[in-house]
Amino acid sequence: MTTDVIEQESHDSHDDHDDHKMTGIKRWLYTTNHKDIGTLYLWFAFIMFLTGGALAMVIRAELFQPGLQIVEPDFFNQLTTVHGLIMVFGAIMPAFTGFANWMIPMMIGAPDMALPRMNNWSFWILPFAFAILLSSFFMESGAPNFGWTFYAPLSTTYSNGSTAFFVFAVHIMGISSIMGAINVIVTIMNMRAPGMTYMKMPLFVWTFFITAYLLIAVMPVLAGAVTMLLTDTYFGTSFFDAAGGGDPVMFQHIFWFFGHPEVYIMILPAFGIVSTIIPAFSRKPLFGYSSMVYATASIAFLSFIVWAHHMFTTGMPLFGELFFMYCTMLIAVPTGVKVFNWVATMWRGSLSFEMPMMFSLAFVILFTIGGFSGLMLAMTPVDFQYHDTYFVVAHFHYVLVTGSLYSIFAGAYYWLPKWTGNMYSESLSKWHFWCSLISVNLLFFPMHFLGLAGMPRRIPDYALQFADFNKWVSIGGFAFGLSQLIFLALVIKCIKGGEKAAAKPWDGAEGLEWTVASPAPYHTFTTPPKVD
Amino acid sequence: MTQINTGTEEQKASNNNKVVKKLILIVFGMFGFGFALVPLYDVFCDITGLNGKTNTTSAAYSAEGIDESRTVTVQFISRNAKGIPWQFEPMEREVKVHPGEMKFVKFYAKNESNRDIIGQAVPSVSPGLAAAYFQKIECFCFTQQPLKGSEEVEMGLQFYVDPELPEDISTLTLSYTLYDVTGKVDS
Repeated sequence: MTTDVIEQESHDSHDDHDDHKMTGIKRWLYTTNHKDIGTLYLWFAFIMFLTGGALAMVIRAELFQPGLQIVEPDFFNQLTTVHGLIMVFGAIMPAFTGFANWMIPMMIGAPDMALPRMNNWSFWILPFAFAILLSSFFMESGAPNFGWTFYAPLSTTYSNGSTAFFVFAVHIMGISSIMGAINVIVTIMNMRAPGMTYMKMPLFVWTFFITAYLLIAVMPVLAGAVTMLLTDTYFGTSFFDAAGGGDPVMFQHIFWFFGHPEVYIMILPAFGIVSTIIPAFSRKPLFGYSSMVYATASIAFLSFIVWAHHMFTTGMPLFGELFFMYCTMLIAVPTGVKVFNWVATMWRGSLSFEMPMMFSLAFVILFTIGGFSGLMLAMTPVDFQYHDTYFVVAHFHYVLVTGSLYSIFAGAYYWLPKWTGNMYSESLSKWHFWCSLISVNLLFFPMHFLGLAGMPRRIPDYALQFADFNKWVSIGGFAFGLSQLIFLALVIKCIKGGEKAAAKPWDGAEGLEWTVASPAPYHTFTTPPKVD
Repeated sequence: MTQINTGTEEQKASNNNKVVKKLILIVFGMFGFGFALVPLYDVFCDITGLNGKTNTTSAAYSAEGIDESRTVTVQFISRNAKGIPWQFEPMEREVKVHPGEMKFVKFYAKNESNRDIIGQAVPSVSPGLAAAYFQKIECFCFTQQPLKGSEEVEMGLQFYVDPELPEDISTLTLSYTLYDVTGKVDS
């Protein structure tokens, strides 16, 4: 009964702000509204996050004990492959695009994205891409089993027959990302409110602007790589086949030319979100705004000339290894500038520790741990020991889970009042934060030791001496997975009702998005605001 | 930068179109660049000798300039690519040569199936930088090897190591991967 009343009320208040005519599924299918599309992206990303997480749960269940327990090795390979693909292309990237859709027009004082119809299209092709990818699980040949990096010849000569599904799914994901990126660039270049010069843009807008350029520069290269894979597998070309004069190592060069900027595509928007939140809860302007912008641009530039650090063990000559080692270490400089700027922003600020700030603080500390293990991996001589071990797994999960994902949580808590008009449940958010924080470290920290001791990644079985750590890692994994259901409950509860949020619920928050009511009206800034 | 969020709807649309056109050009350019990496990679490797590819046609040899002060170990390894039912291995695992000295070694191959198969061996030298100094005068890898069912053959490789080989390289490994090219080439 009570829930009915609340639902009814929230519907009523909802309708006050809506002037669209469509209802039901058509509203979402035909929508060209940046807020609707942002919401679709965010829900899609969350569903994919839970899907990819479910696959990870099976992986951790298999690795709970040494020996083969519940899945066949080939199926284990399918799990790791699809887990990686879903989390990268289905969860993290769409979640950031969701933030971009919701927030960029509001942050720059624009009425909508510049190309609203393309916006609709770029979202609605995504579910098809993942339907194609996931459907291969139910086919005789099985899902892709060659790792998310799909190295040739694993994905060509030795493929289980899923290569075509994989390639077309990646093509569609790529087209979606490129359209999203074009939309963001056009919006930022052409739709800023009068007075909003480039160097006055909020940092999230800046980081996504640069991310969008990275996307249009490297997603086409990925599309090219998978196309070559397709023709090698089915049409007899020999791009990566030594028998016909090709070179399998060249695949790795082309893939990582995309792959390394890709990891910055997944972290630069995170920098933007954290750079928005930390000043708000420190009640101080961001320390070193322009240095943040230049650091972001430097990272983006450097990301194009470090790709071969993923390939130190392929037999590169010494000068190649040195070049890529030094360039990689150079990235620590602009990244360090960012970390020090965040710390300096907090220095002598009047801090308060609401949930967006808690996740941002966890981000700064844990992402830095991931950055340090990245520096260790950047050293060519020691990389020969770490290559393809759990140390690498620990590294990229620290930067992608406690980095990118934590910034997504931080941003979600920060803007949920603006999106829904309601405050989230404080107690549920604390449960979510502390359960996640403890379990995520139990999950990923011991992986460093496993890797240093020599446990290889992507293998369903391991030597007995790794048993204890793996048991703890698995327990951490299950706990982290379950903790995310708290977040799901919190979001649903927040949408349904709760304490009404003010237009600006955080007293230290800055930005145009806080000048409109909460929840944000369906149309905002139809007349551009004046920015001083 | 002047502010563009002013002006008529038409002006805005044409401004957007200009940017979109440029961005789409970048997208197609980068798609092409992905493919351009293929020949670029070959050229780059050719100049620097990075990927361990050796000469594909016969090299000239002169008996002058044998450097007897140095000895280089040349190791031979072989492997079969997926799906070729041949026994294929070097008859000597390792030889020691002086740079500039000509050497002849043999590889053994047997078609263990009862159908005719054409094989193609693809060589690769490690360390990759040494590939440019490993000169083949005669090699079974220059051509395809047709073998009838159960037929066996000894295949020759004549080579020398260029005396210019950098001082710090004392061991070369020559690896052959054998591919089934039946049906892909004219027999």
